[in-house]
Amino acid sequence: MQIPAEAIVFYALTAITVLSGLVVVTSRKLVHSAFALVFAFSGLAGYYVLLSADFLAAAQVLIYVGGILILILFAVMLTHRIESLDIRSETLQLLPAIAGCGAIVVLMLLAVYRTPWAVKEPQVLTQTAQSIGSLFMTDYLLPFEVASVHLLIALVGAVIIAGKRGGQ
Amino acid sequence: MIGLHHYLVVSAVLFALGMFAIITRKNGVAILMGIELVLNAANLNFVAFSRYVWGGLTGQVFAIFVIMLAAAEAAVMLAIVIAVYDRFQSIDVDRVDSLKG
Repeated sequence: MQIPAEAIVFYALTAITVLSGLVVVTSRKLVHSAFALVFAFSGLAGYYVLLSADFLAAAQVLIYVGGILILILFAVMLTHRIESLDIRSETLQLLPAIAGCGAIVVLMLLAVYRTPWAVKEPQVLTQTAQSIGSLFMTDYLLPFEVASVHLLIALVGAVIIAGKRGGQ
Repeated sequence: MIGLHHYLVVSAVLFALGMFAIITRKNGVAILMGIELVLNAANLNFVAFSRYVWGGLTGQVFAIFVIMLAAAEAAVMLAIVIAVYDRFQSIDVDRVDSLKG
């Protein structure tokens, strides 16, 4: 029996993503969590490639791995004394959290497998960047502009909040 | 054959992992990482539904908006973390217990 290449890639990506996700949430050291997050985001970019969302995969790598991850690492390193090497993160309420999240997973899996999804035959792979660009300029023009203003406001707000050093 | 279900299961697991981090972590940055995992799980759902059910590019456009919002959120969160650390010498969210006023 021949295993299709798509399945091999999918399960490899699943192993990478879920294992590094586990490291993210369980690791005692914040820096380890941050670097595991790199692999989780890269695995998700791989999923996007499998789902023939090429532009989105590139955006995921550029924005998440290249941008947000760097911001998180900055936050880790600016708020702890690097030389102390004790960048640890305590956990609390372990058992209720495991029970609650397990219940959520079970419920969602039930929903996934009970619902008769109207699955269509997937289309052939095509380049998406051009169509997404024209969607942004036609159907989604207002959300696009609102998002750009939102980004500007968030950046200015971030500078103002972080700029007030020293309290008094 | 890999279908819609596989992606939905992965997404559910990622969502639960992020939820777990949000519930159990005390450190503000670790909570932010949990939020990012949850947002990514939602994104994976958007793209999977867009490919297997809807067929258009709408899901991908929404995923791009989510990435945009996550970037803005991370920037603001970093600023808040730095300001809180400046004041309390800690970013454990249960130690931040006083308001201005």
